[in-house]
Amino acid sequence: MSPSTAAFTLQVNGQARTVTAEDDTPLLWVLRQSLGLTGTKFGCGIAACGACTVHVNGIPTRACVTPLSAVAGAAITTIEGVSDGENGTVAQAVQAAWTSLDVPQCGYCQSGQVMSAVALLRTGSSPTDEQIDDAMQGNLCRCGAYPRIRAAIHQAAQHCRASSCPPIRTAP
Amino acid sequence: MSHGARQVKRRTFLLAGLGGGGALFLGWSLSPPRQRIYGAADPGPIDGAIRVNGWVTIATDETVTIVIPKAEMGQGAHTALAMLLAEELDCDWARVRVEQSPIDSIYNNLTVMSEGLPFHPDADNALVRGVKWMTDKTMREMGVMMTGASSSVRDCWMPMREAGASARAALLAAAAARLQVDVGTCRTARGFVICGEVRLRYGEVAEDAVNHRPTRVTLKNEASFTLIGRSTARLDSADKSTGRAQYGIDVNLPGMLYAAVAMSPTFGGTPDRFDRASAMAMPGVRAVVRLNGSRFGDAPGVAVIADSWWRAKKGVDALKIAWHAGPHAALSSAAIMARLRAAAATTDGLPIRTVGDTDAALANAAQRVTASYEAPYLAHATMEPMNATVRLSDEGTADLWVGTQVPGFARKAVADIAGIPESQVTVHQTLIGGGFGRRLDVDFIAQAAAIAGVYPNVPIQLIWTREEDMRHDLYRPAAVSQLMGGLDADGRVTAFVAHSASQTPIAKLGERVGYLALSMSPDRTTAEGTWDQPYAFATMRSSHANVELPVPVGSWRSVGHSHQGFFVEAFLDELAAAAGDDAVAFRAALLQRHPRALRVLQLAATKSGWGTPLPAARDGQPKARGVALHAAFGTVVAQVAEVSLTRDRAIRVHRMVCVVDCGFPVNPNIIAQQVESSIIDGMSAALYGEVVIERGGARPGNFNEYALLRIKAVPVIETHIVPSMEAPGGMGEPALPPVAPAIANALFALTGTRLRALPLRVAQVSA
Repeated sequence: MSPSTAAFTLQVNGQARTVTAEDDTPLLWVLRQSLGLTGTKFGCGIAACGACTVHVNGIPTRACVTPLSAVAGAAITTIEGVSDGENGTVAQAVQAAWTSLDVPQCGYCQSGQVMSAVALLRTGSSPTDEQIDDAMQGNLCRCGAYPRIRAAIHQAAQHCRASSCPPIRTAP
Repeated sequence: MSHGARQVKRRTFLLAGLGGGGALFLGWSLSPPRQRIYGAADPGPIDGAIRVNGWVTIATDETVTIVIPKAEMGQGAHTALAMLLAEELDCDWARVRVEQSPIDSIYNNLTVMSEGLPFHPDADNALVRGVKWMTDKTMREMGVMMTGASSSVRDCWMPMREAGASARAALLAAAAARLQVDVGTCRTARGFVICGEVRLRYGEVAEDAVNHRPTRVTLKNEASFTLIGRSTARLDSADKSTGRAQYGIDVNLPGMLYAAVAMSPTFGGTPDRFDRASAMAMPGVRAVVRLNGSRFGDAPGVAVIADSWWRAKKGVDALKIAWHAGPHAALSSAAIMARLRAAAATTDGLPIRTVGDTDAALANAAQRVTASYEAPYLAHATMEPMNATVRLSDEGTADLWVGTQVPGFARKAVADIAGIPESQVTVHQTLIGGGFGRRLDVDFIAQAAAIAGVYPNVPIQLIWTREEDMRHDLYRPAAVSQLMGGLDADGRVTAFVAHSASQTPIAKLGERVGYLALSMSPDRTTAEGTWDQPYAFATMRSSHANVELPVPVGSWRSVGHSHQGFFVEAFLDELAAAAGDDAVAFRAALLQRHPRALRVLQLAATKSGWGTPLPAARDGQPKARGVALHAAFGTVVAQVAEVSLTRDRAIRVHRMVCVVDCGFPVNPNIIAQQVESSIIDGMSAALYGEVVIERGGARPGNFNEYALLRIKAVPVIETHIVPSMEAPGGMGEPALPPVAPAIANALFALTGTRLRALPLRVAQVSA
């Protein structure tokens, strides 16, 4: 059956956004090209690299294989909105650690890395190296930022233990 | 052939290689040296700031904008280079921002060409210095802007410091003139000129400074540096942690359309039939464009233009293209490796370096060791797939938005394809989502220009799928090396012979972009890593056979060193074992004339606990160490790998100890980052990397078919930087070549089995 073109309303970073596209269009291209949110990156198109990771209802999700039809009405958080969203204080801690430890090199995969790290830490956990590796295994980095990713997640977790990283309640 | 005759032959090659060169040398010798401080644009006001010279502008709000001619592709060049200028300018680092330079000959890369001359790194005499000086002068006029060969800091070390010092001198002179005091009574401090009691901000005197062009400047003594040498935080980390950083793929222009392509699945193939009507019937599709390919290396194929990239890609899928396979439809890795093995088994080929009589030394050796080593094609697999945005106007101008390592070649590609002068092309350079040498080529840019020709005045953004990117790379060449060593009765090396065979990556790049200095000279990168190492062999011979094959090849991180480093360092381990010697002691004996390399090796041994017992891995399996040392791009690196085999016999790397002597360490934080990067990239190549050629094309398409290191396999990485006051060496690549041999040598220590082919296959390890 051929895909049909229709209007879809998405909740992106707390805002309702309506786009018209084929229902099989991956969320990635809707975010990048229909909504101009280019922080979410295209790497592989088959959920093999994690560069396109966003949160759908708080769950880290590969936008490159997520059809538009599957996310209508869902709460979508991208790198552009993650520090203002419900897990905003966790995201701020992650991004501060990423910056202070100079995690990024080329930086292209880092939006996805940050989104996966925020999802790992949003429950207030203090992950071990093994838990970090399990959570981050799907995020490829060709520059080899991995040792600093591990260190930055530990640093952010430590910060959140000290300051609790409370949830941010956004206006309904 | 005698040593002397060989020297003459090499020099003849060299002069011919400088392309159009002989007459030009005379021309420069008669002309004054050209400065690299002021570009084509005159100093003066620009966008609310004052351009003091070609490298720095100062705004009235005290923002200092440093102009960076090198691409930022992760290696930290923007930060490191800004530090060079800011150090001499004595400005407030907190007010520094960076800006990508335009194309101008003052930004040409001199280092990459003079370093590329076929002189041994130890060669230092009047001839060598003279040829390098003339090469620098030549490249100042005729060269290219290029980010590659780990050359950014080396190339900018003097001009960017001179530009900073020149701007500072101009600010001092302007302040002194305004205050009518002797300039000798004035000094600078973090963005201020201070004359007696009066403090003037740089931004207050920048406009006047334009009228003061110092003819001579004095650079700071290294001992008085306050910024260079410190682990200064990168300028781009915050933007790259928050999604704000803009790459070529993020360019978003009004009215922009998108293009997706399918290129021939075989090398040399062409599209036969395709269903244009079906594609045109798809939503949003605007055009179907048959692509003939070009001399820049883009393969024939078909493009679809649509109002979104996803729609363009769906349009490509609807084309259902049937291909003419072309003349190489049967090409396979097996056939290629057989060709390379045959070429390496002969002694034909270009002699690169000969010291003494290796034949006699081998004949008289107490022990002879021979081995054949192999490496496969590798893909760059940058995280950001190839993309470029081109707008051709119907008035004969063009704009290009792209992340590239070679903006001049990129401009040329668009100009050639559009049939307009290069002066009519404007290049808008973006951040790069991974280069590793891939973006030294401009094939995808030429292709974008060809596609954009269909829609004048409309910007067209071409984005390759991961599969197109992987199957239409310019690969690291596959290579085979036949190595021979002779040992005397005391286990000393009396002969070292390396004869290798591969395609010529840099000569091919030169052919594609039409750059004679690269295409006409012998491609020294093929055998680099053999003849240029710091070991003092009693006799040695290095030669290389160039093999022509249909697989496109190009520059891959550390180029020839990437595989020759494995061949040479794993083979040296074989010689050490044959001599019954410790691998570190054996190398140390060969490094007595190279105190820097010797110190790096010894420090690696100390820091790694070389020779001390290793506890078992957590799964109870035994571990072993392996060592490797390699010199490249002006830097010496030694690594010790700690390796075990899991119970299901997978290779597990636990720890990599890395010691680096890269001369004066400009930014230790970025140096450590590049070591981590190179080790992880090197591990991908050592453990997994292989582009299999089958049925005339590259087999792997996506990351599920081309494994790269992920976080679970990352070892503990320890970086130790040797303090040095020598001129800086490169850091983007030199820590990669020792990775594979250090791991392979550790596996030998663990199992007693030599692995002589990359990637290291656990199945080859006997129990």
